Amino acid sequence: MAELQKFKTVITSKHKLFDLHIKETWQYRDLIFLFVKRDFTSKYKQTILGPLWALIQPLLTTVVFTFIFGSLAGLTTADVAGEYVIPGFLFYMIGNICWSYFSTTLTATSNTFIGNRATMGKVYYPRLVTPIATAFSDLISFGIQFLMFLIIWAVYVISGGTSITITPMMLFIPLIILQMIVLSTGFGIILSSLTTKYRDLAMLVSFGLQLWQYASPIAYGLQLIPQKYLTIYMLNPVTPVVTTFRYAMFGVGYFDIFYYLIGWGISILVFLIGLILFSRIERTFMDTV
Amino acid sequence: MSELMLKIENVKKEYKLGQIGGTTLRDELQRLSAKIRKKEDPTRKVGAKNYNQGEKFMALNGVSFEVKKGERVGIIGHNGAGKSTLLKLISRITAPTKGTISLNGRVASMLEVGTGFHPELTGRENVYMNGAILGMTKKEIDRKIDDIIDFSEVRQFIDTPVKRYSSGMYVKLAFSVAAHLDSEIMIMDEVLAVGDMAFQQKCLNKMRDVSNSEGRTILYVSHNMNTIRNLCERVIVLSKGQKIFDGDVEEGINYYLGIAADQFPNKYNLYNVDRPHDFQGKKIRITEFEFLEKNAAIYDKSREKLKFRISVKSKDNLSAIRVLLAISSINGDRVGYMQCQEAMFNSEKDKNYDVYLEADISKLICGKYRFIIDVFSLDDNNNHLSYDHPTLEIPFSVVDTAPVGIKPNITRWGAVEISKIKTIEYKV
Repeated sequence: MAELQKFKTVITSKHKLFDLHIKETWQYRDLIFLFVKRDFTSKYKQTILGPLWALIQPLLTTVVFTFIFGSLAGLTTADVAGEYVIPGFLFYMIGNICWSYFSTTLTATSNTFIGNRATMGKVYYPRLVTPIATAFSDLISFGIQFLMFLIIWAVYVISGGTSITITPMMLFIPLIILQMIVLSTGFGIILSSLTTKYRDLAMLVSFGLQLWQYASPIAYGLQLIPQKYLTIYMLNPVTPVVTTFRYAMFGVGYFDIFYYLIGWGISILVFLIGLILFSRIERTFMDTV
Repeated sequence: MSELMLKIENVKKEYKLGQIGGTTLRDELQRLSAKIRKKEDPTRKVGAKNYNQGEKFMALNGVSFEVKKGERVGIIGHNGAGKSTLLKLISRITAPTKGTISLNGRVASMLEVGTGFHPELTGRENVYMNGAILGMTKKEIDRKIDDIIDFSEVRQFIDTPVKRYSSGMYVKLAFSVAAHLDSEIMIMDEVLAVGDMAFQQKCLNKMRDVSNSEGRTILYVSHNMNTIRNLCERVIVLSKGQKIFDGDVEEGINYYLGIAADQFPNKYNLYNVDRPHDFQGKKIRITEFEFLEKNAAIYDKSREKLKFRISVKSKDNLSAIRVLLAISSINGDRVGYMQCQEAMFNSEKDKNYDVYLEADISKLICGKYRFIIDVFSLDDNNNHLSYDHPTLEIPFSVVDTAPVGIKPNITRWGAVEISKIKTIEYKV
């Protein structure tokens, strides 16, 4: 009988705290893949250098950093005093490619709802597909940049500029990259949910990220931070990501399991808040965006 | 009893009027702090009434209905009746304020053709893109890509970026993707309004076929009554956010047209109406038109004749003035014309004339029509010389209280019943 019939989907005005449609999102995995492909191809369409741009940007930034912060300002590139100092160029480069992933993903994700309102206003697909696709397509750029970093590093090693020590910490690298994804996506979806109502935040993002970069050990080593401010400084969730990344790569630098775990804690917290906000906003954002 | 696919229970959707979401963090914080301190809201406009009240609008106000598997339901109503809101709720673009929508199967919504089409990608790539957005997996699209391309009639250009497509090709391709979806429920919002007639017909046939053969359920919103008649087997009429009719297509359309023609006024002032050309209305100008003996221009074809008065102001001496009414159906298709049997009068400069006329409209089938008036004379070769031609289309409605024979259907049989066929004799 119709009265007893079970429906597959029920839409009501109420919503659960976590209504993420994980299963549905998985069904749309092909769409994620296509979005990634579209982002990537349309980004470099009608450019002469194509994906080379993904390399030129961090390379030039690193050159500038090496010159300004390294040679002119003479800021230290050591995370811990007294240890072996890795070449400035490598130091800035790894920081830059991490930061560039963090900031591009955050910016792109924060634009999820506003940037896709034309599509999202006409057809339903799990909204989470878009930030996931963004995180992945930026990860491809990150991968290319990381590869370039490895090549340059190898050149340094061969020419005797530095040496490589294989440490078990290197196994940590995927975990650190994951943390980076979680953190940037988390902040991004929080902002995307809030900007549907408050456009002020869209202004804040690019400006805020600039300031944030100076509050993170990208252009200088951690050693520069006075001991008494270190606790506050380490609460910046980007700091443990970057320092641990360097520590895992070079085998020297700063690693503190306590701060690292706090960094993870903050990342997960931000991510969860983001998901809750996102699942709340995605239902009705079309009415306000 | 066939399976229910869609059940809508007391669904309401409320929108805030005025600046929706156009608020800044500062305003919001000020409002919040005022609320905490129990003071007056500082962001409120001076003189505005209570901020939270009187600024809401119910786009849907308690709509309930059920749709069974394989049904093709047309949803009609005026602009702002809530049709599109309803479709948005069913396709989960936004959530209802109150009520429940239960669905039994995948929903493919086509509220627009070519959603997600990227101009830089080729036709083929866009088929994958659009298909995926509409919920198909890559495997499904792989299986159907050839059917889709064939249906779209653009095989030749399939590997060209769609930014070089004509708008017709674009629409054909986009629609083909949607037509090949496997979803159990299809939602369409006037997407067929584009594309040429032949392709429209092809789409409607395709929709009807999948609905018949695969039990696909279709919800279709349109202002084009012909496509509704063509596709749907049930009609829901919405008005001001509420369901006011649910049932038979013809009845529903008549119901809708009845409320659509709020009224058919019986008198028009045509003096100041636009003319298509400057010369028209210079020598002789129509001042008024009136349907006689009627409060509203609704005519029973079996009993009544169209009686009307045309008033003109003559500005020149003209001979053999005639009049013509060019009649269109409500869809804008020209139906035919009526002309006066002989010249009405010869006009003298600066005189006003009232002409009383009568026309037989019994050959028109039931429905709503419009006409424009043309006052003219003929030259030596019987060519039409227009003197005046106000652009205002005057509506009237034809009803039949004593129908004979088949039910009229403007799409299948046309708007005119030319004559009744007489049987002379028959032999066995």
